[in-house]
Amino acid sequence: MDMNQYLEIFIEESQEHLQSLNQSLLGLETNPKDMQILNEIFRVAHTIKGMAATMGYNKMTNLTHQMENVLDDIRNGKIEVNTFIVDVLFECLDFLENAVNSIASNGNEGTAAADEIITKLNTILTGKASSGAMAETAITAVADQGIMKFNQYENSVAAKAIAQGFNVFKVKIVLDSGCMLKAARAFIVFQTVERCGEIIKAVPKVEDIEDENFDSEFSIAIISSESEAIIKKELEAISEVSQVIFEKIEHVEEEASNEVLNNVFDLEQRSTTQIEEKESGEDAQSKKSKTGKTVRVDIDRLDNLMNLVSELIIIKTRLEGTGSDTTDQDMSEAVEYLERITTNLHDAVMKVRMVPIERVFNRFPRMVRDLSKELGKDIDLIMSGEETELDRTVIDEIGDPLIHLIRNSIDHGVESKEERVKNGKPATGNLFLRAYQDGNSVVIEVEDDGNGIDLNRVRRKAIEKGLINQVEADSMDERSSVELLFKPGFSTAEKISDISGRGVGLDVVKTKIESLNGVVEVETVSGKGSKFIIRLPLTLAIIQALMVTLGNEKYAIPLNVIRDITTINADTIRNIHGQEVVLNRDSVLPIIRLGRVLDVEGNTSEAENEMTIVVVKKGEKNAGFIVDSLIGQQEIVIKTLGKYLSGIRYIAGATILGDGQVALIVDTNSLI
Amino acid sequence: MAANITNKYVVFKLENEEYGIDILKVKEIKEMLRITRVPKSPSFVRGVVNLRGEVIPVIDLRKKFNLQSTNDSSSTRIVIVVVDEITVGLIIDTSSEVLEIDKELIEEPPATIASIDHSYIYGIGKVGERLIILLDASKIISMNA
Repeated sequence: MDMNQYLEIFIEESQEHLQSLNQSLLGLETNPKDMQILNEIFRVAHTIKGMAATMGYNKMTNLTHQMENVLDDIRNGKIEVNTFIVDVLFECLDFLENAVNSIASNGNEGTAAADEIITKLNTILTGKASSGAMAETAITAVADQGIMKFNQYENSVAAKAIAQGFNVFKVKIVLDSGCMLKAARAFIVFQTVERCGEIIKAVPKVEDIEDENFDSEFSIAIISSESEAIIKKELEAISEVSQVIFEKIEHVEEEASNEVLNNVFDLEQRSTTQIEEKESGEDAQSKKSKTGKTVRVDIDRLDNLMNLVSELIIIKTRLEGTGSDTTDQDMSEAVEYLERITTNLHDAVMKVRMVPIERVFNRFPRMVRDLSKELGKDIDLIMSGEETELDRTVIDEIGDPLIHLIRNSIDHGVESKEERVKNGKPATGNLFLRAYQDGNSVVIEVEDDGNGIDLNRVRRKAIEKGLINQVEADSMDERSSVELLFKPGFSTAEKISDISGRGVGLDVVKTKIESLNGVVEVETVSGKGSKFIIRLPLTLAIIQALMVTLGNEKYAIPLNVIRDITTINADTIRNIHGQEVVLNRDSVLPIIRLGRVLDVEGNTSEAENEMTIVVVKKGEKNAGFIVDSLIGQQEIVIKTLGKYLSGIRYIAGATILGDGQVALIVDTNSLI
Repeated sequence: MAANITNKYVVFKLENEEYGIDILKVKEIKEMLRITRVPKSPSFVRGVVNLRGEVIPVIDLRKKFNLQSTNDSSSTRIVIVVVDEITVGLIIDTSSEVLEIDKELIEEPPATIASIDHSYIYGIGKVGERLIILLDASKIISMNA
C-alpha cells in the first residue's frame, strides 16, 4: 500500500505526541510517583509505536516497544523511577525526534542506530530483578510459563476466578499464514470466546489486533465456566484458524495475589489523593477531551479563507464609500449591517489562525533543563501565559528568537551557583518566561534574576569591536548602551561557549522581530537581572492605518506606529548637521520629507507654509513625516509585494483600496 | 535548452518586432490596469497592479529591452506570466495570436539582434516569412539581468 499519503499526518501527529511526551517526562522527573503522568507517557509511546509500525519504521517501533516494556514495569511497580531511567527516556525521546525529523526531511529514519538506547532500556529491565521483591518472583513464576505474562491486576482477577470455581485459560491462536482478513478472523475468535466466557487479556492488545498489528498469531486469556475441550472445539471450527494451544491456569499463589490486591488498593488510593491534590492533572484531562473536537486544516486553506475575507473587507470599504453619498435609509442600514458582519467574520477567521504560544513554550523546559545541567547552574523556568494566542505565522517565526534570548539568559544572565551565594542570592536562579496580551499587541518577556547587563563592559566591548569610539562611548546613556547589544557582530561573552556568544545572537533576534513588525526592548538592573521584552502585533494580516496623499499617490502608515499628527510652519524648520528638525513638544524632532524620499512627483507640501506632520515612533526614537494631506483612518489588508520586489526599501507591503487601486504601506522602521 | 517546452507560443508585438512566450508560462492577458508606482524599484518596473486581490508587479518590456518608451494605447496589454511561483505582468504593445511553431523551425539566436540582450532570447521561430523572437520568461523575471 502506498503510505506516502499518510506520511504528512504521521509526521505531524508524531511531533505532537513527542511534544506531549517531552512534557510528561519533565513532569515525571519532578513527580516520579505520578501514575497519571506515567500512563500518559505509556499511552504516547504506545501510539507512536503503532503509528511507526504501520508506516514501517522499524527502529522507532523497536525502540518504543522497549520503552513500553520499561514503562509497563514502572507502572506495575516493578521498577522505581530514578534519574537514570528519566535520562534514558529522554534519550529515547531525542532519538524519536531525530527519527521523525529525518523522516520529514529525507523520508527515512536516519542512520543513527537505536541499539545503544535499547541496550540501556534492557539494563533497566534486567536490573529490576535484583531490586524486586519476593512477591514478584512468585508472580513471574506463574506468568513465565509460556503464552503470556499476567500483570498484578490480571493475576488477582485470575486468582479470584479460580477461587470461585471458574476455569482460567491462556490460549494461543495461530491463523493460517495465507489468511487475508486477520482482524476479521480475530474478531470471530473473540465473539466465539465471549459466548462462553470472558476475555481478560489479549496479546497484542485488542486495538492492535483490530488494526491487524500482529503477525499470524495472538494470545488471549479466558475465564470461563466451560471446559477446555468445548472452547477448543468451537475455536477450531473457525475457518483459517490453524492451531489453538491451551494452557490451563490452576492456581495463582495466594501470597502473590494478596500482595497484588494490596498493590491495586495502593494504586487506587494514590490516584484518588492525586485527584484531590493535583489540579493540573484535571487540566490535562480536559485538554485531552478538547482535542477530540478539533479538525486539522491545511494552513493554505486558512490563508485562502483569509484572502477571501480580505477581499470582502475591501469591497465593504468600497460600499461604505458609495453608500455615504446616498440618502437612502435602507442602503446605509444594509451597509452598516454588512460592516458588522465582516468585522465579526474577520475576527472569527483571525481566531482560527490563532495558536496558543504554548506550542513554542513547550520545548523550553527541556532546553532549560539540559542547558543548566550542562553549565552546572540551577535554574528554575517559570512560565506564564502559555495560553496567550498569536497568529500562526508569528508562532512559526518566534521560536528561534526566543531560543536565542533564553540561551542568552542562561549563559550570560544567571550567575554560577557560587557567585549567586556569594552575592546573597538563592543558589537556584530563576528564569521567567511570560506572555500576555496588551491591547492590540502580544508581549513576551524573558527575564532572569541574574547579574544584569554590565553596561560598562558593553561599551568597552563595542569600542574593542570598533562599533563606536571612546568619545561616543562617554556620551552614551543607559538606553543607547543597551542598544549596542543588538548591533551585528557584538557579543560580550569572554569566551565563546557552545550555548551562546558567537556574536550572532541578538542582532538576529532584533531583525527577526522587526520583520514581524515587532520591537525588542531591554531592561536591566545591575545585580538584579535583566528583562528582554518583545512586543508583537496580534495579527499580521489586517491593520488600522492612516491613509495619506503624496502628490497624486496614496500611501498607508500603520496606525500603531503613529504618535500624533500635527502641523508646523515651514519657517520653523531648522537644519542641524544636514538633518532637518523642528521643535515639537519641547524636544527636537527630525523631519523626513516623505515625498522626496519616495521620489514622488508633484508634492504640494513643498510649496506651502503650513505643513502636516505625522509623528512616528520607533522604540524611543521619533521622527516627523511631512505629507501632503491626510485622507483618514482605514482598516487595510496587508499584501506582500511578492518575491520579485522583495528587496524594495521603505515599503513594507501593499494594500488594495476600496476602488481597487493598490496603495503602498510605508515602512517607517527603515526610514527612521 | 529546456526540454519540456511545448510548441505553442503567445505572440505579441513590441515596437516593430514580434515576440513569443511559451503558452504554459502565460496565465492570462489583461487590458491595461491602473498601476501604482513603487518607489526605489528598478526603472523597468512600472509598478504594481491589483489582479483580483493579488498585488502583482508589472514590468515595462520596452524599458527592459531598452526600446523607446511610448504612451500606452488602447491596444496596450499586460501579459501575466507565472514562473517558479512568481507572478509578474509584462507590458506589451499589442498581442496578436497563439502560434504553433515546430521545434525544427526554431533556430538559435544569431549573434546580434538589435538592442536586445541575448540572454532573454530562447530562439528565433520561423513562421512563413515571419520571424518571431522567442523569449525565456524566467530570464526576464530574474531581477539582476
